[in-house]
Amino acid sequence: MSSKPTTLFDKVWDAHTVRSIPDGPDVLFIDRHFIHEVTSPVAFLGIENRGIPVLYPQRTFATADHNTPTIHQDQPVKDPLSAKQLAALSSNAQKYGISIWALGSPKNGIVHVVGPENGITLPGMTIVCGDSHTSTHGAFGCIAFGIGTSEVEMVLASQCIMQPKPKKMRITINGKLGKGVLPKDVALYMISQITASGATGYFCEYAGEVFENMSMEGRMTVCNMSIEMGARGGMIAPDETTFNYVKGRDKAPKGEAWDEALAYWKTLKTDADAVFDKELVFDAENIEPQITYGTNPGLGTGITHTIPKATEVKDGEASYKKSLAYMNFEEGQPLLGKKIDYVFLGSCTNGRIEDFRAFAKVVKGRKKADNITAWLVPGSHIVEEQIKKEGILDVLNEAGFELRQPGCSACLAMNDDKIPAGKYAVSTSNRNFEGRQGPGARTLLASPYVAAAVAVTGVVTDPRELLSEA
Amino acid sequence: MAYDKFTVLRSTAVPMPIENVDTDQIIPARFLKATERKGFGDNLFRDWRYNSDDTPKKDFVLNNPIYSGKILVGGKNFGSGSSREHAAWAIYDYGFRCVVSSFFADIFKGNSLNVGILPVTVSEGFLDTIFKAIEADPKTEIEVNLSDQTITLLATGEQETFDINGYKKHNLMNGYDDIDYLQAMKSDITAFAEKSLY
Repeated sequence: MSSKPTTLFDKVWDAHTVRSIPDGPDVLFIDRHFIHEVTSPVAFLGIENRGIPVLYPQRTFATADHNTPTIHQDQPVKDPLSAKQLAALSSNAQKYGISIWALGSPKNGIVHVVGPENGITLPGMTIVCGDSHTSTHGAFGCIAFGIGTSEVEMVLASQCIMQPKPKKMRITINGKLGKGVLPKDVALYMISQITASGATGYFCEYAGEVFENMSMEGRMTVCNMSIEMGARGGMIAPDETTFNYVKGRDKAPKGEAWDEALAYWKTLKTDADAVFDKELVFDAENIEPQITYGTNPGLGTGITHTIPKATEVKDGEASYKKSLAYMNFEEGQPLLGKKIDYVFLGSCTNGRIEDFRAFAKVVKGRKKADNITAWLVPGSHIVEEQIKKEGILDVLNEAGFELRQPGCSACLAMNDDKIPAGKYAVSTSNRNFEGRQGPGARTLLASPYVAAAVAVTGVVTDPRELLSEA
Repeated sequence: MAYDKFTVLRSTAVPMPIENVDTDQIIPARFLKATERKGFGDNLFRDWRYNSDDTPKKDFVLNNPIYSGKILVGGKNFGSGSSREHAAWAIYDYGFRCVVSSFFADIFKGNSLNVGILPVTVSEGFLDTIFKAIEADPKTEIEVNLSDQTITLLATGEQETFDINGYKKHNLMNGYDDIDYLQAMKSDITAFAEKSLY
């Protein structure tokens, strides 16, 4: 053990550094590599052209999610390009001996949902995937981040990637979250405070009571959104909540191996007096249910607020005005009462069981508003089964909602789940970029509570008004 | 994948003074369905560049014949969002070899270096100087010298230096990629893997 106080990030990073190149990046060993159909085909072509094998196929896990349909999954995929990508994923997995949960498999689902729920994601790992929301796995005290296709190829070929060591930031939030405030609100609040680029160049550790008291699902939501403030990733020190979540999962260690792993995992925390390049502190009491109004995730505010004036935001005036013009919003306009057309519950941000429990809590005993088209998409088949088992599906059905089948769906609209041009969607996903949910679609990011409140009222509504108990 | 070596680039530039240009704008998700790396340049900035009926939007800079060149100059936080390397492929395939901004998103920056595009980070002040120079004269020539790590407005001689680590610089100047390096250290990697807990 080093005597110098060290951060959690440094402990995990240093334990995976195979080599540090002078005046260059570190060569980082990767414990788990997730792949999906969109960012892997060209990487496989790359190693094929070079004539090199996959070095450790047992460390790579494939799942189909980005462009899979969310209805009629038993039928052939209609879009020929999507079908071709899905076929390429399956044939590459088969050719190289990589485990795959293809469309139709009972374990299929969004990569960042199925990894943790099957115990593939374990504390202290390095995890990469050709998807920026790989930061999700940081909830387990992992260094997890998104990579490009060239890097996917590197990992296939060598189980390593080259990364300059990022700077370290710690965000501490103490206090107790108020009524109706969910982990998604904590994430959106942090991003609105530091902007969509405020953590660029940093890897972030989240600390303090708010995160200590958060479930694993909540921690995953927060770490998932790290990339939306520009951070390479975010992580939370593993604790009893983490160990209880992991224990007994399919691929988690068992027996003696568990004891050995647990002893190591318990060392994974930032030492007192360890130094960060940047420290930020927020107060839980200042966080109310959030909603975004612009075209980057930093343009969000408390749901009771009005849309800020250009002079009040950190984005440049021209970019801010372009953003509001796209949304057809005006400076000073209130958000409450704004009529909405679509509600999307799902994605790697909010497609887990707790998100469906939260949504159901609000819609229970109410009815879907007539002007709302709602897409409720579980993150995996395991989540889908749990929704049925807990009686949540009955609550949803009684309120006039239907459940779709798992996938990334309207988060990035690669399949048919596209929000039409000009329509407003309140979405539990992670990005409100222009056209993200379909060309011309207008996205307002929010929590499952807010999405549910909108789904039953048809307009932007403060969920606290619909939640009876604290 | 092989790319052209980068040494000195002298070119006019295309200005895009917009902040937070995210990778969904650079290449929308619906164009990520290819299983090969080709043709992405056609869909670069698709929804800013074309109307829904595929006619060009006249006011978008790539449709303005006054502007051309191998250098794209963008506002701060260029390349934010998704990790899709397709964004860098689209920029390269369109014909750009260098992107200049005051601030790049991390993943985009890494992807660019891996596909042979040089991301040049300049100060906010110098970025403003470049935008103004191009606005005054769209034929403004810029020289990017990787060896010296300088970017220069040729007409006035105004210049800044930029950072890049020695390893990546060497790779770009010689057209090498990381896999060449990683393959050469395979025995170190396999020895490391032996000790892995996971």
